[in-house]
Amino acid sequence: MPMMLQFANVLVFLAVGIFFLVFSLTLSSLVRPYKYSAEKLSPYECGENPVGSPWIQFNIRFYVFALIFIVFDVEVVFLVPWAVVFKKLGMFAFVEGLIFIAILAVGLAYVWAKGDLQWVRPEERGSLAER
Amino acid sequence: MEALLKLLSDNVAGYGSLASPLQYLLPMVLASLCCIALVALFPIVAVYAERKVAAHMQDRLGPMRVGGWHGWAQTIADGIKLLLKEDIIPSEADRVLFKLAPLVVFAGGFASLVVLPFGASVIVSDLNIGVLYVVAISSLGVVGIIMAGWASNNKYALFGGMRAAAQIVSYEIPAVMAILTVVIPVGSLSTQEIVRAQEGGWLGIGNWFIFKPVTAVAFLVYYLASLAEVNRTPFDIPEAESELVAGYHTEYSGMRFAFFMLAEYVNMFVVSAIGATLFLGGWNSPVFGGPVAFMLKSVALVFVQFWLRWTLPRLRVDQLMYVSWKVLLPASFVLVILAGALAVR
Repeated sequence: MPMMLQFANVLVFLAVGIFFLVFSLTLSSLVRPYKYSAEKLSPYECGENPVGSPWIQFNIRFYVFALIFIVFDVEVVFLVPWAVVFKKLGMFAFVEGLIFIAILAVGLAYVWAKGDLQWVRPEERGSLAER
Repeated sequence: MEALLKLLSDNVAGYGSLASPLQYLLPMVLASLCCIALVALFPIVAVYAERKVAAHMQDRLGPMRVGGWHGWAQTIADGIKLLLKEDIIPSEADRVLFKLAPLVVFAGGFASLVVLPFGASVIVSDLNIGVLYVVAISSLGVVGIIMAGWASNNKYALFGGMRAAAQIVSYEIPAVMAILTVVIPVGSLSTQEIVRAQEGGWLGIGNWFIFKPVTAVAFLVYYLASLAEVNRTPFDIPEAESELVAGYHTEYSGMRFAFFMLAEYVNMFVVSAIGATLFLGGWNSPVFGGPVAFMLKSVALVFVQFWLRWTLPRLRVDQLMYVSWKVLLPASFVLVILAGALAVR
């Protein structure tokens, strides 16, 4: 079977998976009760009425980690083809990979030294203690 | 897949006279239906097993009543209950994303099954980018989780979704690097090639990558990272019950909730199966090879996940980031370099 046709399997799987989900939901919609009330449809907040909008500002650390992730993930993607052809290229690939990973490691060391790998940054911790 | 095609054309009269696209499509649909059966049955067994394992580790009995013998029908009853449950969408939720989220999470986990090598010829499709494909398609789950967290219009759900995203992306890099330590000596991303590279050796297990110096450590890195990627204890802060109720699926009920659970158990199986493929010799075995050996190895790794859940307490979010970025990531850099040094001639 040609390789492109092998990838058609992925499409068939996605389609069958979606069909399975839609089928189960439809089946459930035929047998389940429908007794809604305003109380039942309100967002869960431990039984109280929700306070304010839930779409709040979240911790900026999530954003910083997402940025660091993007940088490293893109570089790891470059390592995948390198690993596949590694044995064919031999010493050349090893030295090239060593340099590449060294640059990555310098990047990691920089982020580490800046304190961005800590969930609570050192200066934030200091200012908390002062308060 | 090829085997199924051959089986059909040999045994079904007039199969060769069907239109050529249909000839290829039919085995594909059959294979995917087999996988749907696996995906629907595995969680039923695994949830029951987990409750029993958990109970006995805590000196309890677990479910004992439903169905008679040791409560064997408990999870089947749970499944029927979920089917009959009211489907509640919070009044101010983003309805489109809310309905789409379980679909994205489930489809991502389900499509990973395409490249799992159950046996020498029992594989849906031996893609030449197999391992990379699993990493890519299983990351689809993160998108679904953020969608669920955002769409629910619930603070717990949003926190759970954000945490899950941060955790899964953090642990993806060490996981991929650990996988690369196997790809370097094999020289291929195809799952079947990787399994074939582990044939033979001392006692028939000597070539398994878990018994080689660098990849043995890489297995630990991979296993830890994979635990975090499927949000299992000790990395289950996205759905930490004691502070976030149920995390990103707080507002889900009925069948939509069932699909989140289904996806979780499918993902547990997939990461264990990939671990077995890469490090434990896949379908190779000194006694009996094939699908039985592969399933036994995968289920053994799933059992270790249960075991860890009832042994270790949950990590804090800062400890979680510490383990990923300051322990596993530098370790995986060193492992890739060492794997290269061993493979270079």
